[in-house]
Amino acid sequence: MAANQISGSDTVIDMQDVWKTYPNGTHALKGVSVQIDRSEFVYVVGPSGAGKSTFMKLIYREEMPTKGQISVNGFNLGKLKQRNIPLLRRNIGVIFQDYRLLPKLTAYENVAFAMEVIEAPRKIMKKRVMEVLDLVGLKNKANREPAHLSGGEQQRVAIARAIVNNPSVIVADEPTGNLDPETSWGIMQLLDEINFRGTTIVMATHNKEIVNTMRKRVLAIENGQVVRDQLRGEYGYEF
Amino acid sequence: MNFNTLLRHFREGTKDVFRNGWMSVASMLSIVVSLSLLGVALLLVLNLDRAADAVDKQVEISVYLNLETQQAERDLIEQEILDMPEVQDVTFISKAEGLDTMRETLGEAMVKGYEETGTNPLPDMFKVQVIEATTVPFVADKISALNDTHTSQPIYQVDYGKGTAERLFQWTQTIRVVGLLLVLALGVMAMFLIANTIKVTIIARRREIAIMKLVGATNRFIRWPFFIEGVLVGVTGAALTLGILLYSYFRIELVASDWSSALFTLMPLEDIWLWFSILILGLGFLIGAWGSTISIRKFLRV
Repeated sequence: MAANQISGSDTVIDMQDVWKTYPNGTHALKGVSVQIDRSEFVYVVGPSGAGKSTFMKLIYREEMPTKGQISVNGFNLGKLKQRNIPLLRRNIGVIFQDYRLLPKLTAYENVAFAMEVIEAPRKIMKKRVMEVLDLVGLKNKANREPAHLSGGEQQRVAIARAIVNNPSVIVADEPTGNLDPETSWGIMQLLDEINFRGTTIVMATHNKEIVNTMRKRVLAIENGQVVRDQLRGEYGYEF
Repeated sequence: MNFNTLLRHFREGTKDVFRNGWMSVASMLSIVVSLSLLGVALLLVLNLDRAADAVDKQVEISVYLNLETQQAERDLIEQEILDMPEVQDVTFISKAEGLDTMRETLGEAMVKGYEETGTNPLPDMFKVQVIEATTVPFVADKISALNDTHTSQPIYQVDYGKGTAERLFQWTQTIRVVGLLLVLALGVMAMFLIANTIKVTIIARRREIAIMKLVGATNRFIRWPFFIEGVLVGVTGAALTLGILLYSYFRIELVASDWSSALFTLMPLEDIWLWFSILILGLGFLIGAWGSTISIRKFLRV
């Protein structure tokens, strides 16, 4: 991957003058330049429709920038071939507001799926999956399907799946959006712990209380531009 | 792809059939229905064709000879008819044999008078079978024309049921065409039915595939279990169809053997089961493989 390396070794995500215009003419991002280093925890805040989701999607290459350069984990996304996208994604854990678990698989199978994809040996897989399920507190619900788990539990399964392959980055798009405050705090503690172990976390959120209590770096996006970038920042909006 | 992963795909593909429960049942049923329609149509057409063939075969040309025709000339005529490329077989029926046949069909009383007086009014004749039934009128004309090459005019009359035979050929031809159209129509219907099932499965699978891709699964990794699942559903559906059709055919054959005439018998099961099984199972495999392939291809570009 050395050839793809365009930034220093401590920078995990590097965006330079990134623009994104959708086919319908919407300018979602207008010249965003951001660097996120190893082990950072970054909140991405801003009003709905400001470009947060586009910002997140660009990181795991669900969207391509219209202009500008993005490098993630040393992959130059502009030059990444279609067939190499899976390699990028195996090093990024993605968490969503709606969990996105495979409905017909058990909690165990959902987490194991991410390891099957990288063709991990079965023995190692079994041990590792149980380990992360234990970490998220669901060891004894491993055989339940998503429909038989609460929202908070489903999100924990999603987190277990996101971290099972030890990714260097976790991208979380409003991970507490569907959860009650108490459950949300449980999820945040988990993410904080994962971050403490060295994983970079980029989290889009609307949760003012969380951002203001668990102080981290804050990136505010408004109207497609980064309007604020603070270490130990505040949420800064009234809604 | 290592061996463990291949095993994994087979395991997952098989599990998916059960995980998808009703969806698998629905797909399987639509394959059973489609293949049954096609299979029934095929068996029907084959048997109709066989029947038409049998009916065609019944049409033969009767060549009546003049009473004065001598043995030497008779043999010559027989050879000349046999030499015609359209002719399959020629059978000589002497006037005595003719009388025997008459006794069998019309009864003793009819022939009694002739036998007592020793006068047999029947002529010697040839029964001529042709290879392709539709050439009968043509061959009959050709045989009539033989008279022109013999000075003694040895042939009295050539008869093949003019008119009746032509109508019969027309009728059997119609059956063949209708049968073929039936198979085509049912084939198209089967395709629509299956395409529709696939469309429904696609919608159900869209989200799943998107999730798999987000976790970093390659297209091939996603495709394999779907492929195996599709093939399993297709082949199982085909096997069910085959069981139903072959058993039904077996029962029908039993019943039919009671009332079928020498004119027409059903195609024997032991002659058809092998290629019929291969055909239906092969179709099931293809439908399953093709269906699963096209149903996910669209969603792999996420």
